[in-house]
Amino acid sequence: MNFDELFGHLGQHTVDGLSKGAIYALIALGYTLVYGVLRLINFAHSEVFMVGTFAVLGVWTALGVENNPPIGQAVLFLVIGLVVAALASGGTALAIERIAYRPLRRKNAPPLIFLITAIGLSLVLVEVFGLLLPDVAGGALPSMFGRARQIVGMPTILKQETLFEIGGTQITNIQLIVFVCAVVMMALLDWFINRTRYGRGVRAVAQNPETAALMGVNQERVIMLIFVLGGIMAGAAALLWSMRFGFTQNSIGFVLGLKAFTAAVLGGIGNLRGALVGGLFLGIVEVYGATLLSSQWEDVIAFVVLVVVLMFRPTGLLGESLGRARA
Amino acid sequence: MIDKIRNADRRRIGAITAVGDRWRALPKWQRILGVVAFVVFLYHLPWLGKLPGGLIIPGLNDLRTDSITGGNNWAGVLFVCAIYVLVAVGLNVVVGLAGLLDLGYIGFFAIGAYSVALFGSVNSPVVKWFQREFDLPETWAVTWAICLFIAIVLTLISGVLLGWPTLRLRGDYLAIVTLGFGEIIRIVARNSENITNGPQGISAIPGPEGPPSADNQVFGLIDARPWYWLAITAVLLMVFAVRRLEHSRVGRAWLAVREDEDAAAVMGVYPFKFKLWAFAIGAALGGLAGFLFASRNAFIDPTQFNVNLSILFVAMVVVGGSGNMVGVSLGAVLLAYLPERFREIADYRWLAFGLAMVLVMILRPQGLIPSRRRTRELKDRAAEAEEAPAHV
Repeated sequence: MNFDELFGHLGQHTVDGLSKGAIYALIALGYTLVYGVLRLINFAHSEVFMVGTFAVLGVWTALGVENNPPIGQAVLFLVIGLVVAALASGGTALAIERIAYRPLRRKNAPPLIFLITAIGLSLVLVEVFGLLLPDVAGGALPSMFGRARQIVGMPTILKQETLFEIGGTQITNIQLIVFVCAVVMMALLDWFINRTRYGRGVRAVAQNPETAALMGVNQERVIMLIFVLGGIMAGAAALLWSMRFGFTQNSIGFVLGLKAFTAAVLGGIGNLRGALVGGLFLGIVEVYGATLLSSQWEDVIAFVVLVVVLMFRPTGLLGESLGRARA
Repeated sequence: MIDKIRNADRRRIGAITAVGDRWRALPKWQRILGVVAFVVFLYHLPWLGKLPGGLIIPGLNDLRTDSITGGNNWAGVLFVCAIYVLVAVGLNVVVGLAGLLDLGYIGFFAIGAYSVALFGSVNSPVVKWFQREFDLPETWAVTWAICLFIAIVLTLISGVLLGWPTLRLRGDYLAIVTLGFGEIIRIVARNSENITNGPQGISAIPGPEGPPSADNQVFGLIDARPWYWLAITAVLLMVFAVRRLEHSRVGRAWLAVREDEDAAAVMGVYPFKFKLWAFAIGAALGGLAGFLFASRNAFIDPTQFNVNLSILFVAMVVVGGSGNMVGVSLGAVLLAYLPERFREIADYRWLAFGLAMVLVMILRPQGLIPSRRRTRELKDRAAEAEEAPAHV
């Protein structure tokens, strides 16, 4: 137990945790949206994120991005990366809904069948990306029958620099961008769900599907919408991840997905603001825990948090609600 | 077009269940004879396609994995198949009978494997600690048979420990928590170097005749046949035991809880108790499988207990037909055997498993050899959906 390290640099660890948690929160939104409307854990959502990182990798490779480009170009690349990742992730999420979930919904299948399908689908996506896209980054043509499943590096878009210091806590440009971007994306989503016509439809279906249908809400469209929205958020997370960590792998989604799901449950699954709170909280807890024990135990901490939350407060910190409460 | 396929599929499902009915309608002596013949066939499998005197039967010989270049030892593959069948039978208790989705089954498998490694191998830190503390000779280690006992007790306890807090949760939460559990077991095994040797793993895991050595008469490192016979014996015993359980009061309680938990509770069946039973029994079976696996391999390390295997186990059960013991055994054998026999697909096997899961769930959620009751449950739900099409 390394308490000296933790309390000696408490501010620094908190900032690290916040910027990590912001990414979890963005992914968690995908779980929360789908759960809020369909009462379904979209297990394949972690792969939506994974596809997003590969989209970023692909577009940066295609554009010939090199390490540390001038700032104007860097911004351009980031914006292009965001758009492409959002398109790819949103498209993947939509495809998952159409291929896997819609036929099951027609048959009113039990929830476990949805979950098993999603697990199968996520395995398929992981394997497709492991087998077909081994090294897009190498500049070579994707070798179709390679078996490479190793980590693929990405160019550094922004050089990590300390922007300012508050009381010995250094805040880097990347941390700031990650945090601000994530919060802006979430604020946009919150506005969309709470203030627009489409958002009202989503909330109506979440509250009561039958009544919503009677009131003229097109349910299928709402379901497609939430999958796409969740996918776009995962795409944004993928861009931020690529910028901050600079690598991807076909199996990257599994652990991140579990953590994001933990974040969603922690904040109250189905609750958009809960996802933000849960994500940031989990990020901080994880960094603190990893400092206290050692970074080897990082993944265990998230799972323990999940079990503890589910045992003592299964509705999460802010409670489950997409439709209720803020109708 | 799709309707045509659906109807054909419905007929096939009918035909499969009809085979089951015909079997049950046979006179008892014929059924016993059939079972005995099948058991003899199972024990004879290592010689599949081979006749005494070096003759081979062409069709059957091609089924063997050592008939292709670079194929694995046939008896070794049979052993793995038997282990997977054991896993599938155990997981079927949890998934098929009690209706709980356990995605962390590899955790129990690992605990079983590590119990024989930690207590039975002279290379394990635990045994070394015992030797130091109690002035035991350096060759001392816990006997294999006692390790078996330890493995089963430990997995039972861990099943209860995991189940106690989590079984009150909704089904899909349970699945995610167990998934986390499987991963935790692997990470703990990797990180606690002073207990499990960490990533280096543990070697010299004993078999029934003691630590692996060239002097062992029966359970050697090279000839896998005795190991296969040992495993298949365990499978047969466990299939028999689970069958008895399925048709007992406990089995009926599982079924009631699976179909409608609230109704079961109203009828006086306490769901939590029976779910915990299913979890613990399933865990113990998984532990037994892991125990045999570790004994045969004589070496384990944490990478052998990857979380993907948990998903493979679930795939075996759901593709085969959850709730039906013949179905899940077939699923296990197929998923273990096909990548070994057809090496060209070995690279794509995870892809194939994933595809198989998705396709089976969408087209035929009851599995290849469905359980009749399961089929009817799903049909009921589909009929409800047609009555109320607006339902999400």
